[in-house]
Amino acid sequence: MSVHLHTQRADPAPPPHRPGRRRSRPTSRLWSQLDLKAAPYFLISPYFVLFAIFGLFPLVFTLWVSLQDYGLAGGDATFTGLENYSKLLADADFWNAVVNTVGIFVLATVPQLVLALLLANALNKRLRGRLFFRLGVLLPLVTSVVAVAIVFTQLYGRDFGLFNWLLGHVGVDHNIDWQSSKWSSWTAIATMVDWRWTGYNAIIYLAGMQTIPRDLYEAASIDGASPRKQFWSITLPMIRPTIIFTVFVSTIGGLTLFAEPVMFASNRMDGGTTGQFQTIAMYIVEQGFRNFDYGYAAAAAWLLFLLILLGVGINYTFVRRIGGSR
Amino acid sequence: MIKNMRRGRMLAVASVMTAALGVTAACSSGDTSGSTGSSSSSSAAPAEKITLTLQTFGGGTNFGYKAAVEKWNADHPNVQVKYNNLTDSFENVYWPQMLQWLQSGTGAGDVVGIDEGGMGLAKARPQFFTDLGQYGLQSRQSDFPAWKWENGINTEGKLFALGTDVGGMSICYRSDLFKKAGLPTDRDEVSKLWGGGWDAFVKAGQDFQAKVKDAKFVDSINTIYNVVLSQESAKNGNVTYFDKNQQLIVDKNPAVKSAFDFSEKISKAGLTAKMQNFTDPWNTGFVKSQFATLGCPGWMLGVVSGTAGDKFKGKWDVATVPGGGGNWGGSWLAVPKQSKHPKEAAELASYLTSPEAQLLAFKEGGNLPSTIPAQDNPDLQSATNEYFGNAPIGKIFGPSIKSLQPTFLGEKHAQVKREVEQVLTGMDQGSVPYDQAWQKFVEAGQKAAG
Repeated sequence: MSVHLHTQRADPAPPPHRPGRRRSRPTSRLWSQLDLKAAPYFLISPYFVLFAIFGLFPLVFTLWVSLQDYGLAGGDATFTGLENYSKLLADADFWNAVVNTVGIFVLATVPQLVLALLLANALNKRLRGRLFFRLGVLLPLVTSVVAVAIVFTQLYGRDFGLFNWLLGHVGVDHNIDWQSSKWSSWTAIATMVDWRWTGYNAIIYLAGMQTIPRDLYEAASIDGASPRKQFWSITLPMIRPTIIFTVFVSTIGGLTLFAEPVMFASNRMDGGTTGQFQTIAMYIVEQGFRNFDYGYAAAAAWLLFLLILLGVGINYTFVRRIGGSR
Repeated sequence: MIKNMRRGRMLAVASVMTAALGVTAACSSGDTSGSTGSSSSSSAAPAEKITLTLQTFGGGTNFGYKAAVEKWNADHPNVQVKYNNLTDSFENVYWPQMLQWLQSGTGAGDVVGIDEGGMGLAKARPQFFTDLGQYGLQSRQSDFPAWKWENGINTEGKLFALGTDVGGMSICYRSDLFKKAGLPTDRDEVSKLWGGGWDAFVKAGQDFQAKVKDAKFVDSINTIYNVVLSQESAKNGNVTYFDKNQQLIVDKNPAVKSAFDFSEKISKAGLTAKMQNFTDPWNTGFVKSQFATLGCPGWMLGVVSGTAGDKFKGKWDVATVPGGGGNWGGSWLAVPKQSKHPKEAAELASYLTSPEAQLLAFKEGGNLPSTIPAQDNPDLQSATNEYFGNAPIGKIFGPSIKSLQPTFLGEKHAQVKREVEQVLTGMDQGSVPYDQAWQKFVEAGQKAAG
């Protein structure tokens, strides 16, 4: 910054009493020009360099691999064009994984965000021990995903699980084998996701709510608007950007769901005996690292990427309308 | 032949003796390649310690190498072994992970265990494993029966793996639960109870189930399936999912169909605990007494004692298996090419597969030795297993292990096994209807092989 000022000042009136430096001036000028133009880019470059190495390169390399018949365990690679993609689109197991992923995503995300919104609204009120509660809802996030999944998998155990025990007390005398059917496994996984992420979203919503000026609410109160009306007409529209952000993040997280269902399946990638809860991420790992069909897995990864773009797009059009024309 | 054998042993002894010298050499070469050596005079410096990682799989006592490794570590202060059992499950976790490590060139241990199901693929990937012949281990040939030895030779004709144990077969049962069900508890009488074959076994199961409600007769459908498959394949040319030309025959092999049919029968009779072996619920099942019998190849004895724990000592017992002998399981040890100390690793693999170490493993986990001298050892023949009520396991397994037939397992055996057994479990647990199960079973096999 100081150099910047120096050149600005030096240009209109060059100091005459430094003839010896004249010869080196074009270079110093070049340097300061460089400093001016290039330094900012240089300073932010670490992120982009790292992104290029660990983000962009794998992305492009995966695309390249997906166009080949690429065996992982010592097999050879041959270029096959779009064959992996056409095979995938006709693969019932892949679509099964897509349905599972979307199903679990809907089952997990909708209650999660609604609950987070209500929680944030409650935490935004004046209540005793506010800090305690605010920190409290964030606590599950500190636990590792795997620990959460292991504990929940035990709670959902068929023979000795807590949930079946509780259900036994309300008249369900048949032990549910949570892994063995779609609805039960999806529910189990959705609760794991929600337990961990609801508080996180609530805190983000809360931060959004706190930026809403108080006088809006005061004015509304004077006009006789009920708290419910205030929530719908002031809170929701005002935190719309925050909601859009959480929906994006949840969509990406939900569609790449992996650790919870894997732990739920005793570390297997096939998600239950008939793939009841195999997600796309699990399918990719199964193809790539269990069946060693790396090209096929890469193609599936790219389709997942497209699916996420699609999901984010759809959700954006939904969320954009929240509280809009009301 | 005899001369050859003796020379082989001499060589082995000599190579063990020189192992310590080898360490020094390996370390000095390590120093020159860039690590920060303490001083320039390599001859005066004491030999640096190296650590070899031994990676295995399996439940309970798995390979049963605890005593053998302790002995090695005491005898070789400069070549310490870290014995690392990675997981219960070979096909689902261990082998995929191992192949990934072998492929990426890092992560695999210096000596790694390979189950019979992975040997087909391992043989076809000579680039992954060190040629053990260059360390003089051809000399071990005379120790092994021909089939166990030959399976350790890869497609390039190089020796890459040495045999550890063999299958053998028995039925482990809970005598206390049998008593509760009014069945005989003495192992000879129990053997006689299903001496008539598998139908008698099912009959015994139904009698058991009529009296006992809180435990099932059989642990999991895939344990009993593998027991029957190993017996049936011995009657059908010793092949399972692949024929000897690596062609998938899951739909054509009568052995597979018989084993499937029997599994279906036992599932329909409601005798299974509806679990999958080598999973957490299955391990819990041991501790919570959820099942009364379990197909037990030799190595399974260690799985039972290690998983069920001391609380059930003396409650488990061993009886003979209905339907004749079978060879399920048995493993090999190999040295990945990526090992930084291949010479020492080869020594270790040779030691762990030596008759002496195999007998230690047998004592520890019941893993039946594959070497002829160990099989002939009088200690083995007279061995009893304290955990299993002092069952005379030498007498139960001893006569059969020398006549065990090798089962041919294709390159993609592990993948196919994983997928078809998943259908079996699904059938047992109700997510695959019985009338569609065989078709799904075949399809799953074809998909995994394709």
